[in-house]
Amino acid sequence: MKRRTFIRLGSAGAIGAATVSGLTTNWFGFYESRGKDPQTEGERVVPSFCELCFWKCGILVHVREGRVTKIKGNPKDPLSNGHLCPRGAGGAGILYDPDRLKKPLIRRSKRGGDAFEDVSWDAALDVVAENFERIKARWGAGALALFSHGYGGNWMKHLFRAYGSPNIAAPSYAQCRGPRDVGFDLTFGWGVGSPENTDIAHTRCLVLVGSHLGENMHNTQVQEFAQAIRRGATIIVVDPRFSVAAGKSHEWLPIRPGTDLALLLAWMHVLVEEGWYDKDYVEKYAFGFEQLQAHLRPYTPEWAYPRTGLDPEQIRRTARMMGGARPAVLVHPGRRVTWYGNDTQRSRAIAILNALLGSWGRKGGFFIPSALEIPPYEYPGYVDREVAPADRSEPSQYPLADEVLAQGLCQATIPTSLGDSRIKGWMVYGSNLPLTLPNPREVFRAVQELEFLVTVDILPSEIVGWSDVVLPESTYLERCDELLAPPWRVPYVAVRQEVVPPMYESRPGWWIARELGKRIGLPDFFPWADSMEYAKTRLEKAGLDCHTLQREGVILGAPQPIYFEEGAPAVFYTPSGKIELYSQRLAAHGFDPIPTWHDEEVEDPPPGYYRLLFGRSPVHSFGRTTNNRLLGQVMEENAVWVNRRVAEQWGLADGDRVYLQNQDGVRSSFSAPVKVTERIHPDAVYLVHGFGRKARGLSFAFGKGIDDAELITRYKTDPIMGGTGMNVNYVTFLRPSQVEPASGETGTVDTAAQSSGETGMMGEKTTPGGGAAATGTAGGEVTA
Amino acid sequence: MKGPRYAMVVDTRTCVGCAACVIGCKAENDTPDGYSRDWIHSLVAGEFPRLRMTIESRRCNHCEKAPCVSVCPTGASHVGPGGTVQVDPEKCSGCKACIAACPYGARYVDPRSGAVDKCTFCWHRLEAGKTTTSCQEICPTQSIVFGDLNDPESEVSRLLKTRKWYVLQPDAGTAPKHFYLE
Repeated sequence: MKRRTFIRLGSAGAIGAATVSGLTTNWFGFYESRGKDPQTEGERVVPSFCELCFWKCGILVHVREGRVTKIKGNPKDPLSNGHLCPRGAGGAGILYDPDRLKKPLIRRSKRGGDAFEDVSWDAALDVVAENFERIKARWGAGALALFSHGYGGNWMKHLFRAYGSPNIAAPSYAQCRGPRDVGFDLTFGWGVGSPENTDIAHTRCLVLVGSHLGENMHNTQVQEFAQAIRRGATIIVVDPRFSVAAGKSHEWLPIRPGTDLALLLAWMHVLVEEGWYDKDYVEKYAFGFEQLQAHLRPYTPEWAYPRTGLDPEQIRRTARMMGGARPAVLVHPGRRVTWYGNDTQRSRAIAILNALLGSWGRKGGFFIPSALEIPPYEYPGYVDREVAPADRSEPSQYPLADEVLAQGLCQATIPTSLGDSRIKGWMVYGSNLPLTLPNPREVFRAVQELEFLVTVDILPSEIVGWSDVVLPESTYLERCDELLAPPWRVPYVAVRQEVVPPMYESRPGWWIARELGKRIGLPDFFPWADSMEYAKTRLEKAGLDCHTLQREGVILGAPQPIYFEEGAPAVFYTPSGKIELYSQRLAAHGFDPIPTWHDEEVEDPPPGYYRLLFGRSPVHSFGRTTNNRLLGQVMEENAVWVNRRVAEQWGLADGDRVYLQNQDGVRSSFSAPVKVTERIHPDAVYLVHGFGRKARGLSFAFGKGIDDAELITRYKTDPIMGGTGMNVNYVTFLRPSQVEPASGETGTVDTAAQSSGETGMMGEKTTPGGGAAATGTAGGEVTA
Repeated sequence: MKGPRYAMVVDTRTCVGCAACVIGCKAENDTPDGYSRDWIHSLVAGEFPRLRMTIESRRCNHCEKAPCVSVCPTGASHVGPGGTVQVDPEKCSGCKACIAACPYGARYVDPRSGAVDKCTFCWHRLEAGKTTTSCQEICPTQSIVFGDLNDPESEVSRLLKTRKWYVLQPDAGTAPKHFYLE
């Protein structure tokens, strides 16, 4: 009988107090006194916004006897609307993570060694400041690079601009959404931004191409996805995996991985040839329809069939569904679109498809967002523009990149046969590069070349273990940050405020940036006493009351028209001033002006290998939350999704543990259970990203599951904007008996480190805790 | 005049199984590490590529004919206000007879107290004047609805009148008050 395992989260396997170590079973500390009331209602309820992912939902944080007990959605916030995803609800798991960085650290051994010394903030900041000044004096300000992810990174970006380095990169661009933003910008003259301007709530037909809403829990989008289902919208999902969204769909197109562009071209062919497209809209707003029409002629559904493996009738039928629902139809632009290296062109195809359907600026398509204008704080001018970024070997490389490329900065840190490296020092803020950039071996190679590496983080992640100085930041619940006023359906501003005082010796990002700024001769850029005074000054200039904002969490501006039919301006910031079906900018740079299929761009996996696909779980945000004990109780480890027939060929049963080895002979450091399922294409396997952590300081997450990033030794760089297409690796299965020496998994880590040509691959630290045994499976799915 | 008869309705059409209900419940009710009062159950039928998936947010069914209540030797498991099934931890001896009797696997022994624990329909919230359970409040897809079956105007009554629904293991004869919309 399975009752016991049902109730034990994560189903099979032992997940008792032994593996959920670090916190006692008394999570919030009120158990003894509670009676029938769990006593989690706050004596104080503080509004703020979330940082478990980067959607930034408004929250209400309950505090009782100085402890955060529970986190709810702020009903006044236009992103959360009073509801949260599981990660947002589990924020206390970061605040009370026993593995948190508690004091500033300075490394006292060779880089990659694990000897760190606790030091005072003064001592740590002095070392950082000395190195920043030394690098600037010897190599110039541009020799220092910042990698940043997370809202507190704004303070570090400010510091870098004041210091004079343009080398400020976020892996969220070239490793994630960059190709999409460039593809839409080339077409409409607008990126889709974050939060995206998708009007899912009102759509009559939602098309998801690889986008796994419901597993990717960007809160508002998922809320609107449910509203669309309730309203009876047609859902069309393209995915080699039967995602949760596919499970809600009317039409699932189980596409052969790598061939999405062929499908998009065939869909457009049907729309144009059968006359389903929006002729008036195209005539009024678009440029290059004649060229597009001629271009699409050969791309019939029958042409697409051998490439995509999709039934031509299904391609026709779904195209007609879209055409019948226009203009309230939304072909979702997706989020992480760095798949195959042709990603800007695929995103362009999605943008053009939307243009043919007339969805941009239309209800149920893409709304035109508006933002609250909040004047900036007055500073002296930044000097970063005086130096060219070092992320490209020459300016003509990746000509349409509009942000700095993180992978490019990593490469610029490695000397080449042509000369010395251009980057000598890194600051890494909240961005665990070995799990974020493709080919971690390149990351470690670069790290070994660095003169100086400082990390600002909350947890002892892998990159922390390689740092010279580690600065422990306060969590989002312990700090105030930059104001949030993103373009959205309604203009608004939200505030993040200190809910509880910083624990241990952690400090907020604004304080760290200011103290460093003062030490390197930039006090004029940090004139404010603290970030709340900074926020107040800006709000006053906008005529908004800071106390109201602190009390309510958000202030809404006046609603603006968001659809063309309501009077939103139909403005397209393209060279032609129109929607560019044919891109003159792409043509000028020698790229296909209209997305074009190239058979040689897609390849089959070698025999016995499967394409490695990866994505998200609703309870985790990449590796940032895998050590969170509240969330980890629901998903403690990832599993390797294997098609049932493939599993039978390999003799693999559900729950069998395997290692994965890729086409370059690189093997996963740890094993994971197989999830035998019908829900995945036989050509592919799937992993949830963020597991297989090698940093021993992460005592909960260490050694659990497989890290996809270490198997991504190949990537295809998008020639247009430098995005790194990562879904181009193939893996095969190894049994533990083929891999594990007698000493178990610890031994295999060392083996992996040696095989990658590195020493001391482990990002180890002085924080306590060893590896917990990896048990349990990811999810309790039953197949009938 | 009849008193309230509380029930829960979960819409499987919109539920994405994200487990916000699970984490929200754990935080609201301070349940022990490794255990929860609610959980996600997914059922996949068919063969690639012809598949169907049903996702259910599950918890105690607060049955009208609750086997946990009839087997409880101490009266700890009892029918509480509004027809809800509750456990009095003071009276619970931890004998686990109710755990064996429950067809839904909804109960566990809280290792901190040694008493059996399970979903209370967030009774402490209702007593404090709130009208929602924490799983309902947090749910991003608003797939969870709690309410009074005896009130014909309530959202649960309206949903059960207008939508097709099912209960889990109807043949167990427990008359569950936890419904799933198709």
